[in-house]
Formats: sequence, C-alpha cells, structure tokens
Amino acid sequence: MTSSPAPVIAQVEHLAKSYGGVPAVTDVSLELRRGEILGVLGPNGAGKTTTVECLTGLRVRDAGRVEVLGLDPARDGAALRQRVGCQLQESELPAKLRAGEALDLYGSFYDDPADGRELAARLGLGGHLDTPYAGLSGGQKQRLSIALALVGNPEVAVLDELTTGLDPQARRDTWDLIEQVRDDGVTIVLVTHFMDEAERLCDRVVLIDQGEVVATDTPAGLIASVQGGQVLRLRLATTTPRRALDEALQAVDELAELRVTPPQAGPETSPTVVTPEDEVVLRGGREMVGPALLALARAGLEPVDVAAERMTLEDAFVTLTGRTASPSYQEA
Amino acid sequence: MTALRALTLAEGRLYLRDAGTVFFALAFPTVLLVLMAFALPGMREPIGDIPGFAGLRPIDLYAPVAVAMAIATTSLTTFPAVFGTYREKGVLRRLSTTPLPASRLLVAQVSINIAALVVAVAVALVAASVAFDVAAPSQPGVVLVGFLLGAVHMTALGCVLAAVVPTASSANGVGMLLYFPMLFLAGVWTPGPLMPAGLAEVAAYLPLGAAAQAMSEGWFGDGLPVTQMLAMIGWTAVLIPVAARMFRWR
Repeated sequence: MTSSPAPVIAQVEHLAKSYGGVPAVTDVSLELRRGEILGVLGPNGAGKTTTVECLTGLRVRDAGRVEVLGLDPARDGAALRQRVGCQLQESELPAKLRAGEALDLYGSFYDDPADGRELAARLGLGGHLDTPYAGLSGGQKQRLSIALALVGNPEVAVLDELTTGLDPQARRDTWDLIEQVRDDGVTIVLVTHFMDEAERLCDRVVLIDQGEVVATDTPAGLIASVQGGQVLRLRLATTTPRRALDEALQAVDELAELRVTPPQAGPETSPTVVTPEDEVVLRGGREMVGPALLALARAGLEPVDVAAERMTLEDAFVTLTGRTASPSYQEA
Repeated sequence: MTALRALTLAEGRLYLRDAGTVFFALAFPTVLLVLMAFALPGMREPIGDIPGFAGLRPIDLYAPVAVAMAIATTSLTTFPAVFGTYREKGVLRRLSTTPLPASRLLVAQVSINIAALVVAVAVALVAASVAFDVAAPSQPGVVLVGFLLGAVHMTALGCVLAAVVPTASSANGVGMLLYFPMLFLAGVWTPGPLMPAGLAEVAAYLPLGAAAQAMSEGWFGDGLPVTQMLAMIGWTAVLIPVAARMFRWR
C-alpha cells in the first residue's frame, strides 16, 4: 500500500436510483483511487449492488453524477465494459459449458484479453479446464467467476459478494487471491456484507445503509471514529427478566448499546426474558467495563463467560447504523 | 477470433451436448411424417376428386404442413427456452457485464436453430420420399422461399418471446400457448384444400398459416403465393424491432 494518495479514477456524486418508485439508493457519493481495494459495505438491501451496477453502466441512474475512467457509464457503457471487469451475484454459466471454453469465449469479447489458460492456472483451475460448469464446486465456480471478470485485462474489477456461501477455507483462499489481483495493479471494488472480510482486505470502506453513505474511512479509522471502542460479551447464570437487566445497567454512563442475541437467532426466544443461552453484548466507551460488571453484581445478576474485546468493524457498523450486517449475527 | 464466431461455436457445442433437444429438433419432422403415413389408416390412399389435387394422398398434403410444424417447434419451443434458462440462471446477467451486445447472442442462437431446422427438414423429406414416395414439389423454388420466409418470420416471433421470458418454464408455457393455435392455422388438422375457405383466407395473413399455404402452393399448385409471402415479410419487419426494443438482460 502506498502512503501518498493515488489518483482518483472513479467518482460518484449524489447517486440516486429507485425501482418502480421504491428507492434503492437515495444519496451515495464515493471515490475510487487507483490500486486500492475499496470496500462497499452494508446490510442486505442497503443499495450496494445497485451502486456498483450504476457504476458499471448495467443500470441507468435516476440522478447524480458518475464518472469512471473518464467515461460516463450511462452513455459509454460498452467502452467502459472493455476496461471494467465484473463479478456479480446470481450469475451462472450454462451447465454444460466447460471452464476452459468459458474463458476462451469471454476472452473473445475483449480487445486485449489475458491468456485464459494462464489465468486459470493462477487461480488454481488449471486441472479443471475440461470440467463442465455444473461439475465445479462452489469455490471453483467462484474462482472461475473471478477469472471471467479478469479475462479482459481490466483496470478495475468489481467483485460482488464474492465469498457468500463459501466454506471458511475457500473464503481465505479467495481473500489471498484478491490481494494477488490487486498486487497485479488492478483496482478493486469489493461489495460485501462481511465485516471481517472488509477489515482484512480493504484499504478504505464506504458504509452504505438504507441507500445512503453512513461513513467513508479506512477500516481502522472507522473503528476509531466510533467512541470508545469497547465490547463486553457475557451470559447470565440464571434466566432473568429483560427489564431487570435493563434496570441494572441503566446507571452505567458509558454504555452506548445493549443487545441480547439468542444462540441460533431463532424466533422462539421470548424477548422479555434473558436465558443463560442468550449472548448479552454491551458496546460503549473504555470506562464501561468495570461499572457494568459491578452494576450486574449489585443487582444480583451473575455474569458468566465474560469477554472484553476491542471493537471490530462489525461492532463499529452496528454502532453506526443501529443494526447488524451479517445475517448470522442478526437478532430474532 | 471474433466474438460472434466464438459465441456461435460455443452455443453450437452446447446445443449439440443437449441430446434431448437435438433428437427432438432433428428427428421430430421425420418421426411425424413417417408415423402419420404408417400409423393412420387411409393416409396412403388417393383422396379422389378434389380439383387440382387428383392422384395425391393425404400424406402428400401433409408434407408442407409437417415442414411448417418443424418451423414452429424450433422457433416457439427450443429457441426461446434457451433464453428463458439463460435469464433464469443469470447467464444473461453475466454477459451484460461484458462489452458484448445482446444482439450477438440472438444472432448466434438464430443461426444455430435455423441450421438445425434445415437439417431436420432435409432429413424428413428424404426419409418421406424413400419410405412412401412423397410427392415432389411442382415449384421447388416457391417451396424453398416459402420455407425460408417461414423460418425467418417465426424465428422473429420466437425472438420476441426470447427477449422477455423470465424462466425456462415460462418460455415453454407461452410457447405452447402460441404453438397449438398456430398448428391449427397451419392446417395440421385440416391440411391443404381441406381447410374451410373462410379460415384459409384469414390464415393466409397469420404467422405459420402463411408459411404452410405458401409451401402448399409451391408443392401442389402453379401460382405464386404473393399475399402469404408479403405477410411473412411484414411480420418479420414488425417483430424484429419489437424484440430488440423489449430485450432485457434479467
């Protein structure tokens, strides 16, 4: 990563787009700098995909200004797509098309394609060129998808929800791959709702919620900007009314947020009681931990499995938007 | 290699890998004609004294109808279903991220399907002439032009379906909805001179009906089916821009 700011190669100003009167994006502004990995973050339905679709000319925006590599995507879509590679969600290939054939075919669409075989070898697909698309594993399909986004030798690659549905090992491999691609000089726009992914990969992140940009910063900057940055996780030893918990913690000054999350995010847990299975999460300032534990003890609520942590991007996100990003963490 | 050539080759290979489609598209007209000739009673007996058709058998009258049916099968079922599947699976969505214009995929698919149709019809006619000596056309040129215009205007109709059907099953549903009325207009149940005059007059202007009549005239008559040919050109001229305008990637 360079410390001097790289030139801006794409700019979005006050982008707005709605579908049949339902707004998907109301006000998104962002900048993309050459050579960086820019994360576009937000919960499902926040408007991330719509934003990148307008960025690449796949959708025509309702309002705002968009310029990518000196081109207006709404007007110069075909020229832009020569220079921007895309990997989108929910796009498959014909079941019987072989991986090698797909690479050759997609390469033929571009003026100056990369060597498909070499790309496949680098992405660990060298041994699967003759495998039909339907016969590839989830991770292999995803890698082929990345290969197709790169086969046109793009300056910018847009990768949308790349690791959704992959197992942990495949996710890690994909992350390494993205860093490799960036090291080859491709600027990357990474759309994700996984905070750990963004924290690991992105130079800067744009946080979108309900069609608007909530924050733009480095992952570390974003975490620091949320006051305090302390998280306290615990369970209660005995089942307790939710009201008793709220009252016990009422007087803790630096407590910013209290959440109770059932173990499987199942809908069956009653919100009026806190069981020993529920995870209690407190977010707030550095001075929150001691008083909070003290307050619980004073109210006769015994905290167990206590863990105090520094805030992650996930926590910063929750604090900034008031909701969780990953479905796996969602409250019932 | 140009994008269109690569795409046509790739789509052609995919077409051939789908054994069910290949068999259905290529063998259907042959199976239809041979089954009719040998399974239905009286198909190979002369029909008697209909003026202009003396000495012909019902199976002879069915030859141009079977060709029309082959056209309809390809253009209304196999061809739009590919686009339904591609749209449903996001294959089109992925293509839309490349510089490739949508028209290239349409052109590639149209080429493949018309090529398959030509093969299917040729096989059927050779089989029919070997198996039961089906009558040779009196004006082969008129039959050929009727066939080509028929294939083109029906494919144009197929393009309109292909432009919008969201899934493979909706492609089949809408395709079938059009398929059977059109077979009726083509004279599958009332071939050649057996179609009531009023109906025949209307069918001359409608898709597939026009093709069947033009080919019948070329096969058994001595006139030039101008109305039917102009009708087919007209449908093509209307349907192609409609398909281009309606096409959606998702």
